[in-house]
Amino acid sequence: MSDGVAPPLARREGRTDSDGASPRPVPFRGAGFRPVSIRWIGLVVFVAFIALIEWGTWAGWISALTLPRPSDVLDTFGELYASGMLFAHLGPSLSRLVVGAAMGASAGIVVGVLIGLFSLARSALVPLVAAIFPIPKIALLPLFVIWFGIDEGSKYALIAFGTFTPTVVATFGAVDNVDRTLIRMGQSFGLSWAAIVAKIVLPGAMPGILSGLRISLAIAIILLVAAEMLGAEYGIGAYILEAGSLYDLERLFAGVVILSVLGVLVSGAIGLLERRILRWRV
Amino acid sequence: MEISLRAVSHAYGSVAVLRDVGLDIPSGRILCVVGPSGCGKSTLLRMIGGLERPDRGEILQIGAPPEGCLNPLTFIFQDFALLPWRSVRGNVALVLEGRGLTTKTREAVIADVLARTRLSAFADALPKQLSGGMKQRVAIARALAVNPAVLLMDEPLSALDAQTRELLMEDLIALWTRSPFTAIYVTHNLAEAVRLGHQIAVLSRRPGQIRELIEIDMPLADRALGDPVLEAVQRRLWQAMRAEAEAADSELLNV
Repeated sequence: MSDGVAPPLARREGRTDSDGASPRPVPFRGAGFRPVSIRWIGLVVFVAFIALIEWGTWAGWISALTLPRPSDVLDTFGELYASGMLFAHLGPSLSRLVVGAAMGASAGIVVGVLIGLFSLARSALVPLVAAIFPIPKIALLPLFVIWFGIDEGSKYALIAFGTFTPTVVATFGAVDNVDRTLIRMGQSFGLSWAAIVAKIVLPGAMPGILSGLRISLAIAIILLVAAEMLGAEYGIGAYILEAGSLYDLERLFAGVVILSVLGVLVSGAIGLLERRILRWRV
Repeated sequence: MEISLRAVSHAYGSVAVLRDVGLDIPSGRILCVVGPSGCGKSTLLRMIGGLERPDRGEILQIGAPPEGCLNPLTFIFQDFALLPWRSVRGNVALVLEGRGLTTKTREAVIADVLARTRLSAFADALPKQLSGGMKQRVAIARALAVNPAVLLMDEPLSALDAQTRELLMEDLIALWTRSPFTAIYVTHNLAEAVRLGHQIAVLSRRPGQIRELIEIDMPLADRALGDPVLEAVQRRLWQAMRAEAEAADSELLNV
């Protein structure tokens, strides 16, 4: 408080004392509802969680049948790396993921933009997409094997199909959300239809498309394991499934950790992409 | 180029918004259209700009647009309508792309309009970095870049605060004084109308009809803030509009 306001305050104090209510600071009630991410908290929680399991398995209040010891999982991972099998599994998995997700996402973006722009495409395809979306794609795996063969074809198809529908939904939602006044502006300056789509609609839909891609690519990783259930000798999914059927929990968890890391990397890559191409966002 | 409106009527569904509007906008002059909210003045402007089609009546352009005109009927919007992912320069460039101009001409036009709107120093800024007044100046620069025959301004200053509005009004007057353009200026602000309009058309409440057409002879450059003659015109406009505005305000919206 500055000296200038002191006398009136003091005077009021004298008066309110007789009322029994002394002057007090206005209570602050604007706190909360504003979550921000604190850089190191995530890591601390993660490390503490692992340490807790490690301690539990050493102390014995977590039995070896319930959870593998984290250090054993790390050893298994080390062996996997040393034997060179890590890349023998990772290579085919990554190529399946990249090819399948690229096919599904690009087809999804094209179809989504068509739905966003044309009444006919919207009326025809929205119900179809709604019908396809809830089908568990894993249930269709035998069908894909018949259609595309037991080799890579059916694996690409499963991942592509799984990423396709969420990408379509995200993309046409994003196109719908492009500011109409910008489109009207383009028309009022006599821009061609193609120019409006390329320079206004697509850049405007980009934030929505990218956030949809985050979900689609996570689904692609989930489906990777499903795709490798049939007729895959190598691949992270095959490795996990084999370990699972042998109840080899250390190997199972080593595989699961690889998938988690893959998910974090993909999400980080999209975050990087967003920061680069969506720098204009307020 | 002149614009002529003949008996333009329009309805959205069962709600009539315009009835028998006839107007002539002579070349090189600014016509202000004022009216209570919802009287169809923005609809009228969109029709003149070819963004909407009237139910009845016709809107004619008389005479050829000037040499080098890329887009005869050019809008300036209330909410600026700038592409947020393009810089100031990029936003102006947008309307020059795909018109067979050489890169050199394009650069020259951009430099010229940015200089005229005093934005040369901000050519590489993104819209999110600009104040409201600067955003609207970018929109004005973009409109000037296509060398329009008629400027269609839809409440261009309504999203700005009072001081910025005053500054931008001076900018518009300076631009017009340097090279007079034809403009239709829609606003609900009577002070803007008397400062910028050679003619002022007062629309009634929905369905909009022309109630009055006022001419102001004073040159734009002489119209200062708080000029007694303009104040008198503004009072007269308000008297014409007051009852309409009151009635429009108490109407239920069922559009």
